[in-house]
Amino acid sequence: MNLLKNLLHTTILGLSLTISLGASAKDSFVFTAIPDQDESQLRERFDKVAVYLSKELGVDVEYIPVKSYAAAVTAFRNDQVQLAWFGGLSGVRARSLVDRSEAIAQGFEDPFFETYFIAHASTGLKNSVDFPREMLGKTFTFGSKGSTSGRLMPEYHIRQQFDKAPQDIFSKVGFSGNHSKTIALVQSGAYEVGAVNFQVWKKDLAAGKIDTDKVSIIWTTPSYPDYQWTIRGDVDQRWSAGFKKKVTKALLDMKDKDLLASFPRSSFIPASNSDYDTILNMAKEIKLID
Amino acid sequence: MRLPTAYCAAILIFFTRLKSLSTFPTARTVSLGFVVVAVGCLVFADLSITTLDPWTEMKRMGMGFVTPNFFAVTNIGKVMIQTIAFAMCGVALGAFFGFFLAQVFHIALVRWSCAFVRAIHELFWALILLQILGLTPLTGVLAIAIPYAGICAKVYAETLEESQPAVLQVLPAGSGIVSIFFFARLPDVWVHIKNYTSYRFECGLRSSAVLGFIGLPTMGFYLETAFSEGNYSEAAALLLLFYGLIASLRFWLKPRLLGFYLVAAPFLLGEGASIRFDNVIRFFTSDIVPAPLRDHDLALTQTWSSFADWLQMLLIDQALPGIIATLLLTQIALVCTGFLTLALFPLISDKFFGKLGRTIGQLLLIVLRSTPEFILAYIFLQLWGPSMLPAIVALSLHNGAIIAHLIGRYSQSLVLRADSPKGFNLYGYEILPRVYGQFLAFLFYRWEVIMRETAILGILGIATLGFFIDSAMADIRLDRAILLILITAILNIFIDSLSRYFRSHLRLSQQIESS
Repeated sequence: MNLLKNLLHTTILGLSLTISLGASAKDSFVFTAIPDQDESQLRERFDKVAVYLSKELGVDVEYIPVKSYAAAVTAFRNDQVQLAWFGGLSGVRARSLVDRSEAIAQGFEDPFFETYFIAHASTGLKNSVDFPREMLGKTFTFGSKGSTSGRLMPEYHIRQQFDKAPQDIFSKVGFSGNHSKTIALVQSGAYEVGAVNFQVWKKDLAAGKIDTDKVSIIWTTPSYPDYQWTIRGDVDQRWSAGFKKKVTKALLDMKDKDLLASFPRSSFIPASNSDYDTILNMAKEIKLID
Repeated sequence: MRLPTAYCAAILIFFTRLKSLSTFPTARTVSLGFVVVAVGCLVFADLSITTLDPWTEMKRMGMGFVTPNFFAVTNIGKVMIQTIAFAMCGVALGAFFGFFLAQVFHIALVRWSCAFVRAIHELFWALILLQILGLTPLTGVLAIAIPYAGICAKVYAETLEESQPAVLQVLPAGSGIVSIFFFARLPDVWVHIKNYTSYRFECGLRSSAVLGFIGLPTMGFYLETAFSEGNYSEAAALLLLFYGLIASLRFWLKPRLLGFYLVAAPFLLGEGASIRFDNVIRFFTSDIVPAPLRDHDLALTQTWSSFADWLQMLLIDQALPGIIATLLLTQIALVCTGFLTLALFPLISDKFFGKLGRTIGQLLLIVLRSTPEFILAYIFLQLWGPSMLPAIVALSLHNGAIIAHLIGRYSQSLVLRADSPKGFNLYGYEILPRVYGQFLAFLFYRWEVIMRETAILGILGIATLGFFIDSAMADIRLDRAILLILITAILNIFIDSLSRYFRSHLRLSQQIESS
C-alpha cells in the first residue's frame, strides 16, 4: 500500500536525520568574523587566514561565513565557533555572554579607530572639524544594527549633539547592513548622509570604488578601540594546554603582507578585555546593552 | 503617529463589529469597503522613491538578467541540491506530523497549537532556532517543518472532514476504526492530500531558498551576496536556475523516486556544528525570560515595576508602531493583489488568449509566483530605497500571480453560450461575475498569508513588526524578540479568524487547494 510505504520512508528519514546530525559533529577549530563588508572579500581573506592558522597550530582550522553580526555572536556563544574577528561592540557582547572569553589580539590600527560621516554631494555638506549639525532633517543610514563604527559610534555622537533619538532627528533612518553597502547607498543618493568604518572607506577609495564627486567625508569621530580577535575560555581544555597562547602567538606573528593587507591592518598587537571598557560604557549609555 | 493609530484601531473595530449587523453586506459592498480602507491606508503609508537615480541601477540589473553567468557561483550544483534537501526534509517532516495531528484536530488544544505555529513565519522560526541550535542543518529543517506541520494538519483535517465516501454506508457492522480509516476514508481523499503535499513542496523550495538570507547554505545565501554586491549576472543565473527547478518539478518529483529522495535528503543537508544541549536549556530558562525578571528577586516590588517599564517600552515604542505599519501595508497589499489578479488571470485563460499568448502569460506568472516575495522585495528595495512601495509591489506581484494562476485555471472550466460576447464585454459581463466568488475566497484566504509576509519584510528594513524583531535579535535580546514574535502571531491569528468570518458570511467556498 502506497501510504504504508510512504510512512516507512518517513520513519527512515527521521532516523537518518538523527544519524547525519550525529555524524556532523567534528573537532576542527572553527572561527568566524562579523560580515562587515562585501562577503566575497571576506571569504577570500578568511580562507587564507584558515590556511595560515592551520599551519601554525597543527590542527584543522575552518572558517564559517555568517550573514549577520548577531549570528557571529550567537555562534561564538553556542560554542559553534571558538575564535572570532569581532568589532568593538560585538566583541563586548560576546564576552559578556561567554565566561572567561578573552580579547587576545587587535589590529595595529584598532586602538585608534574612526568613523567617517559621509554625505551625498547634493546635500552641500562639506568636511568640517565641528559636528555638522546641518544634517538635521536629512535621510541617514547606519551600517549594520550591531556595528561599532557603523552604529554605536555614530548613534552615540548624534545623541550627544542633538540629545534626541536618530529617528527624531533624521527624516528617515536606515540600516544598510554593511560598510560597503553604506558607501554605495550614499553614493547613489538612496540616503543623503551615512556613517562608515574609516578603514573600509580607505580601502574602497584605493580600489577606485568611490566617486568622490558624488560622496565625500563630512566629519570624523574622535578615535576609539574597535576590532579584535576574541577566543573562548575553554579552548585549552578542548585542544591542549597552552592552546590559547599558541593561537595568540600565531595571530601576533602574522607577517604575510598580503594576508594583513586583506584586513586591512599593518600588523596585529596584543589586546585585553579592558581595552574595550569605553565601548561597553557607550553601548550602555545609549541602551544598546542593558 | 496618533492618526494612523486611530485609523488602524477604527479598521479593526469596524471589522469586528460587522458581526452585530442583522444582514451581512453583499460581496460588492465588502469589496468596496476594502478598497476604501486601503485608500485610507495609503494616506499614512510612506511610498517615496528615495534613490536619486533608480534607472542606472535598474539598467545594470536588466543587463545582468540578459547576461546571466552560470559559472559565477562555485559549487552551484551542491547549492541547488542542498536547497532541495532542506525543502524535502522540512516538508516531509511537516507533512508527516501534520497528518497525525489532523487525526486529532478536533481537540481544541491541537487546533490552537497548529494555528499558533503556522502564524509564525519560517524566517522567524529560523531566527529562533538559530539561537537554540545554531547554524546546523536541523535549524533549517525544523524552520520549515514546524510551521508546515501546522498548515498541513489544518488542510488535511479539513479535507478528511469534508469527505463522505459512499463506501462508508456499505461497510459491515463491526469494522475496526483503523480498517475504516485506511480502506474507506483515506483512499477517498488520498489524491487531494497528495496534490496538496506536492504543492507544499513547491512552497518548501521557496522557503528553503529564502532561509539562505539568514545564513543557511541554500540558494538565498548566494543570491543575497550577489545582489548586495551588485553582481547581477550571478544573481540572474541563480534566479533562472531556481525557476528551472520549480518549472521542472513534475519531471523529477515522481512518486516512484520519492522514497529514494527522502532517504538521500538528510545526508545532503551539508555539515553543521554540533548541537549542545546546554544551549537549548539556557534558551528556555534564561534567554527568553524578560531581562528585568532574570536573576532578580521576584518578591521585590522593584523588580516588577522595572518589568512594567520594560513592557511599556516594548509595547508602546516597538510593538505599536510595528503593528500599525504591518496593518497598513497588509491592507494596501491585499487590495493591490486583488486588482493585479483581475488584470493577470485572463493572460492564461483560453477564453481570452490563444496558445501563444497563454504560454507567454504562463511564463510570466511562473516567474512572478516562483520568486519568493522576500526576494522580490529585496530587489525593489535595492532599486528604490526603503519605503513601503517596494514591499507593496513585491507582495502584490507574488500573491497576485498565485491567485491569477488559480482563477485563470478556474475560468477555463466555465462553459460559455455559443453567442457569448468577446473581449472586454466577455470579461466584464460574464467571466468576472462568474469567477468573482472564487476570486474573493482566494483573496481572503491569502489575507493572513500576506500579513505574515508583511511582518517578515521588516527584516529588510521596512518598519513592520519584523524590523523590531530583527533589531532585538541583533542586540541578542531574545526576551524582546520572543515577545514581539508572540504579538505578531496573535495578530496573524486574529486576521485569520476575520478572514474565515468573511468567507463564511459571504458563503465563499472553503475548498481551496492551495494557500
